[in-house]
Amino acid sequence: MITFTIDGFEVEGEKGQNVLQVALDNGFDIPHLCYHEALKPYGACRLCQVEVTKGGRTRLTTSCNYPVLEGISVQTNTEKTTRARKMVIELLLARCPGVPIIKDLAKEYSVGEPRFKVDNDDCILCGLCERVCREVVGVDAITFLGRGSDRKVGPPLEINPKTCIACGACVYICPTNCIKLEETESERTIVRWERTLPMKKCKACGRSFAPWFQLEYFGKITDGIPADFWDKCVDCR
Amino acid sequence: MKRINNPQELEKVREEILGSRDPDKPCITICSGTGCHAFGCEKVTESFRAELRKQALEERIYIRTTGCHGFCEKGPLVVINPQKIFYQRVTPEDTGEIIAETLLKNNIIERLLYTHPQTGEKIVKEENVPFYKGQMRIIFGNNGKIDPTKIEDYIAIGGYKALSKVLRELSPPEIIDIIKNSGLRGRGGGGFPAGVKWESCRNAPGDKHYVICNADEGDPGAYMDRSLLEGNPHSVLEGMMIGAYAIGSDEGYIYVRNEYPLAVRNVGIAIDQLRECGLLGENILDTGFNFDIKVNRGGGAFVCGESTALMASLEGQAGEPRAKHIHTVESGLWEEPTNLNNVETWANVPLIINEGVDWYTDIGTENSKGTKIFSLVGKVNNTGLVEVPMGITIREIVYDIGGGIPGDGKFKAIQTGGPSGGCIPESLIDIQVDFDKLTEVGSMMGSGGMIVMDDKTCMVDTAKYFLNFLKDESCGKCTTCRDGTRRMYELVDAITRGEGKEGDIELLEELSWVVSEASLCALGQTAPNPVLSTIRYFTDEYEAHIKDKRCPAGVCKDLITYSIDEEKCTACGKCKKVCPSDAITGEKKVPHIIDTEKCIRCGACITECKFDAIEVA
Repeated sequence: MITFTIDGFEVEGEKGQNVLQVALDNGFDIPHLCYHEALKPYGACRLCQVEVTKGGRTRLTTSCNYPVLEGISVQTNTEKTTRARKMVIELLLARCPGVPIIKDLAKEYSVGEPRFKVDNDDCILCGLCERVCREVVGVDAITFLGRGSDRKVGPPLEINPKTCIACGACVYICPTNCIKLEETESERTIVRWERTLPMKKCKACGRSFAPWFQLEYFGKITDGIPADFWDKCVDCR
Repeated sequence: MKRINNPQELEKVREEILGSRDPDKPCITICSGTGCHAFGCEKVTESFRAELRKQALEERIYIRTTGCHGFCEKGPLVVINPQKIFYQRVTPEDTGEIIAETLLKNNIIERLLYTHPQTGEKIVKEENVPFYKGQMRIIFGNNGKIDPTKIEDYIAIGGYKALSKVLRELSPPEIIDIIKNSGLRGRGGGGFPAGVKWESCRNAPGDKHYVICNADEGDPGAYMDRSLLEGNPHSVLEGMMIGAYAIGSDEGYIYVRNEYPLAVRNVGIAIDQLRECGLLGENILDTGFNFDIKVNRGGGAFVCGESTALMASLEGQAGEPRAKHIHTVESGLWEEPTNLNNVETWANVPLIINEGVDWYTDIGTENSKGTKIFSLVGKVNNTGLVEVPMGITIREIVYDIGGGIPGDGKFKAIQTGGPSGGCIPESLIDIQVDFDKLTEVGSMMGSGGMIVMDDKTCMVDTAKYFLNFLKDESCGKCTTCRDGTRRMYELVDAITRGEGKEGDIELLEELSWVVSEASLCALGQTAPNPVLSTIRYFTDEYEAHIKDKRCPAGVCKDLITYSIDEEKCTACGKCKKVCPSDAITGEKKVPHIIDTEKCIRCGACITECKFDAIEVA
């Protein structure tokens, strides 16, 4: 166990854990947008700033990718963390003025109208969709495209992503809800990636429940599951 | 080259090479660096060869094509050895005369000599040209002595002596101590002590240790690493081999920009030669040391010069940095301990081993030892690559070596450290250039770019230029760098267009603080430097743009108007002819007039007017 302090309280973490994880587990509130416990920390949104004192030196850093270390002292709410977070929120608000989660953060941190030219984007480039698709689902259907201010997320080469199984993990994880899923009895579409796949009907109840392609993929990557498991919907299994 | 099996054989080979060469035999040395290539040195070389053939002198006179000599302004450069006669701006038409007069009759061709711009004196010898005189070319000077594609040339000047010495006489910790004691700091920008880095890497547990040479030089206007790798690849490779032995690595990589074709070619040739003679591979010089080097060509993203992005790129991933809370010396390439140094740092290593710590530490300032190669460009007479001892003043670089500002221009500032560096004003022209001093005044050493600016340079426009570069070259991963640099660019752009508002300077400063404090990698952390340093030293220029809607340097197009001084105008009509927007009207013998509505402020009329009649306000 690694012992350190957060805002003066002693906490414990395990080797390999990061400060944000331990802070959240212990009930500390650190705002964050690009972190998810199921994924490797990425450090893109820059919101989870804390001040870490290590060996007598204090520095501002993101807590999501800062490893827990014996004896460090973490401050989650200082003048500097607030100052940095406020500007990050203002930058995100100028980018995505209509996104509820950003508007809520702006309210919480008393960030008013952005002092920059306002865009009308809906994606904050947190990379959660890209990482969940690669690290958890394992199909690598979407990626980052371009660099600098031209950066965006989309299917490689911006053509219909042939490996996308329309599982909806990206839809679920997106903090700004900019990836939409539409479903009918016969098809499911991930609107942002323009991916439409036919649905499979449950062998037992006849209700269409998931794309064929997704179920085939799950069958391929899982072991020791009965052959007809993927033929039935969650309720009938 | 035959196989060199042990240190004794290396010395024997060296003796053989030296014995086969007559030091008094005339040699035409032609600079074939990138700058001279642009001036057409290849045609000059062909012409020399053809002349020698024609006059049946091929046996009597050597020709050596070398890497960059540094004085790119005056290329193509030719040095006649052993007398070291320095000819500049040589054309294929001059070669016959050079052979007939200088090589055969020992006559100097006045026309091709360098003329001292102040005294008008013609200078014969390379070492007396002021550009070279003020330098200390301990790393870069060898470029002029060797053909980079010939390992024999490198061995002849003492090449691989340092490697042989460390493998025979020194233990890895002893080598690390030498590098630590030499005070060598990383030349790539960070200035981190190289020996400390090597030690941490050596001590880090791992199945495999890697060494990397960072040759992803991407600063606008900087080309010193390129020229070193092109002109003396073996010095870099020898440094890497010594480092690898000290660190305990058997595999190295050179990450070089694909836009540097000559560097890629020459370092590739050098590696092939080393493998052929057994200096790379297994059991090098019969000492049990195994090491090999691979060349990886970069795709041209500036951010790949950042070590973690470079390593991601080497692994085949997108070149994006990661946080360095765990250092790359512990977990770098493929999560193994990795030591990365830049081209110039590696090239310093054999020199330190050969000449010793005392000799090396005599050069430089207290905390910055040795020399530094700078690429001196911009509004300066002698554009080129200069190697100077640490601690030299900016004034010496710009005036003694650089020959001052062209025309009647006045020195205004010098931008150092590449796009993430800062602008240093005239009031600080006498500061001593070293790692700490440059940082102290709000700039940095970076990899060694130096852009001289004169009074016709607008500092707000300069900040805009670098921000534009940075916002495009940011990988886009983190909010503060991606959106922060873009917003800074938008604000500065608005200021240059006369749309600046009260409070913009404060907003830029606040944004700068957050971008530098909260960004993920060094690109973002240093990106505000061009803005902060220009605000710090040239606030009045920002204020003139914002409050008075005026660009004092006469650069920002939306804030200036062109007019013609009636007194000076002779109505020659030349300006009228070159104006691309037909904005100038006027009959013969009547002073001309510029229609400011039509004028696009391109400056063509200014260049054309012989009477200095165009006014910019």
